[in-house]
Amino acid sequence: MSAMSLQTETSPPGFTTDERRTWMGLLARSRPDSLANLLPEPLPEHQDLRAPEVGTMMVQGRTDASGAPFSLGEITVTRATLHLPCGTTGHALVQGRDRAHARRAALIDALMQTPEASRIRERILTPLTKAETDRRQARAAKAAATRVEFFTLVRGEDK
Amino acid sequence: MYVAVKGGERAIDNAHAWLAEERRGDTAIAALSIAQIREQLKLSVDRVMAEGSLYDPDLAALAIKQARGDLIEAIFLIRAYRTTLPRFGSSLPVETARMAVIRRISATYRDLPGGQVLGPTFDYTHRLLDFALAAEGLDVVEAPSANPEGLDNVPHVMGFLNRESLIEAPGAGDEVPPDLTRNPLQLPANRALRLQALARGDEGFLLSLAYSTQRGYGNTHAFVGELRIGQVTVEAELPELGFAIEIGEIELSECETVNQFGGSKSEPPQFTRGYGLVFGQSERKALSMSLVDRALRWKELGESHSPAPARDEEFVLSHCDNIQATGFLEHIKLPHYVDFQSELELVRRLRAAAITPSGKEE
Repeated sequence: MSAMSLQTETSPPGFTTDERRTWMGLLARSRPDSLANLLPEPLPEHQDLRAPEVGTMMVQGRTDASGAPFSLGEITVTRATLHLPCGTTGHALVQGRDRAHARRAALIDALMQTPEASRIRERILTPLTKAETDRRQARAAKAAATRVEFFTLVRGEDK
Repeated sequence: MYVAVKGGERAIDNAHAWLAEERRGDTAIAALSIAQIREQLKLSVDRVMAEGSLYDPDLAALAIKQARGDLIEAIFLIRAYRTTLPRFGSSLPVETARMAVIRRISATYRDLPGGQVLGPTFDYTHRLLDFALAAEGLDVVEAPSANPEGLDNVPHVMGFLNRESLIEAPGAGDEVPPDLTRNPLQLPANRALRLQALARGDEGFLLSLAYSTQRGYGNTHAFVGELRIGQVTVEAELPELGFAIEIGEIELSECETVNQFGGSKSEPPQFTRGYGLVFGQSERKALSMSLVDRALRWKELGESHSPAPARDEEFVLSHCDNIQATGFLEHIKLPHYVDFQSELELVRRLRAAAITPSGKEE
């Protein structure tokens, strides 16, 4: 942790905490190169409050899938905090070791709290969501094709 | 007497230079990229992440390249690198019930909500070498797709047994689990600590131990209630914000076994659980882990003592880490000139004493 103290923020009007959670999660999971394509250099003006820093988080599992937590192993993450000239603060905690990824994620988190939000959503978040949804659906569809159809089994979709 | 040994620096430098050359192999053949290792040797990458106890496919691929494919050496590199990174905190426990499954099978129930999903498995292959793979420029045919209905929320099989109380409740414990990377392993270990040690333990060691329980050395009579593989999201609290966000997505293999249990004075007969959870796609390891986890639980389940390696917590937990094992094993090849000199002196003196002044052996 840097020496500065970071206060707990409450979401200003215009978006809900759930909405912010959604875009922060989307940015964290996004591929660094896709994000770089959607938000190329030069980046909008900003100032680091906490320059991108690589570290780990201990991932917890649950005993017997739903019981008490246990330490499963670590994951690499990068975090960053910055602010825009208007003073809006953006945070990021993203998977992997890509500092530029964390910087862009924090920057977008900040921009999403400004009047830029709808433009950012349209240009960056919507394509990211679509790419992720497509990727997930493609894998789910392939998994579904390996579902065993026992001949005694009757399912609704069977004709 | 300690004799400082110097020298060998040039030999070591030259050995390392040669290692680098040998690592590269024939330069007429294209070098492997990290991305190629990550994408095409994925199960090696997964093993290095699981036993290196650090989820980062690119790092694991780099380690495999640097280690010339020696996975234990690669795991060693990952463990060493991990120590250089600051720990930001812990995630919330991952919810495998919400896993986007690519594989999900049960050996206890045939018909299940969500169905039996085979996924990209080696099972049912004939284990015949496919010489077509040796040909270059082979096009891959895209795998078939089907309607993924019901795959977005696949319930755990154990839930069915749990509803009827036919199986013990999931393991309880502290909300803040122990972490053996922060505090050295102490015995007796609680189940959370055992699961962490097993999750990063050597696959081969756990496989052999699990196999030994099947052959009668600490019988567990395990059925695979469910084996599932897929992506889960990792969530963590951001202290600055005061709420949790998703920080990434990881692939996990999970195995839950159903085991026999005769009941006790206080408990009616009930099935018992063994649990395995591993980074990446590694069902052999997840299965092994769940069998060994169950074997180690004999005391808390009030089972009678029967000596078997897989039930011996100290034996299992002290020897399952392949980096500890290889470190201690391999150190004996380093110079022990002085140790050996003293042994040599001793044997000479003992032999001299055993021989009488007349020259006859007693």
